[in-house]
Amino acid sequence: MADEKEIPPGMKDEAAEFVPFDPSKKKKKKKVLIQDPAEEAEKLAEKTENLTVSDAPEPSFVGMKKKKKKPVETEVVSEEQEDAGEDLDGDHAGEDEEGEGIVLGRVRYPWEGTDRDYLYEELLDRVFNILRENNPDLAGDRRRTVMRPPQVLREGTKKTVFVNFMDLCKTMHRQPEHVMTFLLAEMGTSGSLDGQQRLVVKGRFAPKNFEGILRRYVNEYVICNGCKSPDTILSKENRLFFLRCEQCGSHRSVAPIKAGFVARVGRRKAGT
Amino acid sequence: MSELDVQIPTAFDPFAEANADDSGAGAKEYVHVRIQQRNGRKSLTTVQGLKKEFSYNKILKDLKKEFCCNGTVVQDPELGQVIQLQGDQRKNVSNFLIQAGIVKKEHIKIHGF
Repeated sequence: MADEKEIPPGMKDEAAEFVPFDPSKKKKKKKVLIQDPAEEAEKLAEKTENLTVSDAPEPSFVGMKKKKKKPVETEVVSEEQEDAGEDLDGDHAGEDEEGEGIVLGRVRYPWEGTDRDYLYEELLDRVFNILRENNPDLAGDRRRTVMRPPQVLREGTKKTVFVNFMDLCKTMHRQPEHVMTFLLAEMGTSGSLDGQQRLVVKGRFAPKNFEGILRRYVNEYVICNGCKSPDTILSKENRLFFLRCEQCGSHRSVAPIKAGFVARVGRRKAGT
Repeated sequence: MSELDVQIPTAFDPFAEANADDSGAGAKEYVHVRIQQRNGRKSLTTVQGLKKEFSYNKILKDLKKEFCCNGTVVQDPELGQVIQLQGDQRKNVSNFLIQAGIVKKEHIKIHGF
C-alpha cells in the first residue's frame, strides 16, 4: 500500500513516455486482467458494482463478467505491483484514445486491481466518461461550428478579393462592417465591399492570412469567454461594444471596434 | 471626525492594485506590433505604444543592429512616437522587447496576418 502510494508522483513523468507505446500498453492491460486470485476478484467485482451504480447497467456487468472469467487463467501476483502502477498510465492513454474501450469491458479504471487511493484526475475522468455516456451533449466536447475557409482571388496584381466574406459574416452573425473594419485594421490596408458584396482589399494576401485574422476576430468578438459557444450577439451600448452570449447569458465588454491604427507613412513618399 | 477614525485603520487600499498596474508595464497599454505591406514583397514593421520613458532612438539603434535592417522613429500627431523597421520583423521585435525586459509578453500584441 505504502509503495503504491509512492508510485503516483513518479508515474506522472512516465505517462508521457508511455503514451506512444501501444503494444506494451495492451500487454499490461491483459496482465492486470489475469493477475488476481479468486477471492480478491470477487471482492473487486463487488467493488466495481458499487462504483458503477450510477452508470448505465451494461458496462458494469461486462466488467463483472470479465472479472469472473479471469481467475481461470494464470496469476502473476509478483508482477502485480509494478503492473498496477504502470497500468495507470496505459489506461489513461487508452481512455484518451478510444472511448469505446469503456464498453468493451477491459479494466475500466486505473484503480481497479489495486487498493490505493483514487487520484483526483482519475475520478474526474470517470465522471466525464459517465457524463459522456449518459448524455453526450452535456460533456464539454461540443462540436465546434465549422467555418468554411476563406476563398481568395487576386484582382490584378495589387488587390485581393475575399469572395465568401458575406457568408462568413453570416455564419458568425456579425455585421460585415464590423468584420471589415477589423480585417482592414489588422492588415493595415484599405479596402471596400464591391458590387457582389465581396471584400476587396488592397495588397496581396494569401487565404491563410485571412484565416489567421478571422480566427483572431472570432476569438475576440464572437466566442463567449465563459462557455466558448459562438452563439453570441454583439451590441453597442452607448459607444461601447458588448458581447452577450445566447447560451449562458454572460455579458462582457469587448475592445473597441478598431484596435487603434498604424502610424502608416512609409508607402512611397506621397506628399510631404 | 468619527468617519476619519473609521477610515484610518483600514490598511486595505482599494486602489493599490490599479496603481501598481499603472506603474508596471502600463495596464492595458499594449505595445502594438504591426505589419504593413509595401510594393512587391516588401513590408514594414511598426512598433507603437512603447512607454514614453524609453529612449526610442536607443531602442531603434539596437533593433537595427540586431535585425540588420534600417528603421526610423516617426513622430505621429496622435500616437506619439512610432518605431518603423524595414521588413517583417514582428517576431524578432517581440522577442527582442521581451528579452530586453522592456515589455512583458502579455502586453505585446502582434497584428497582421
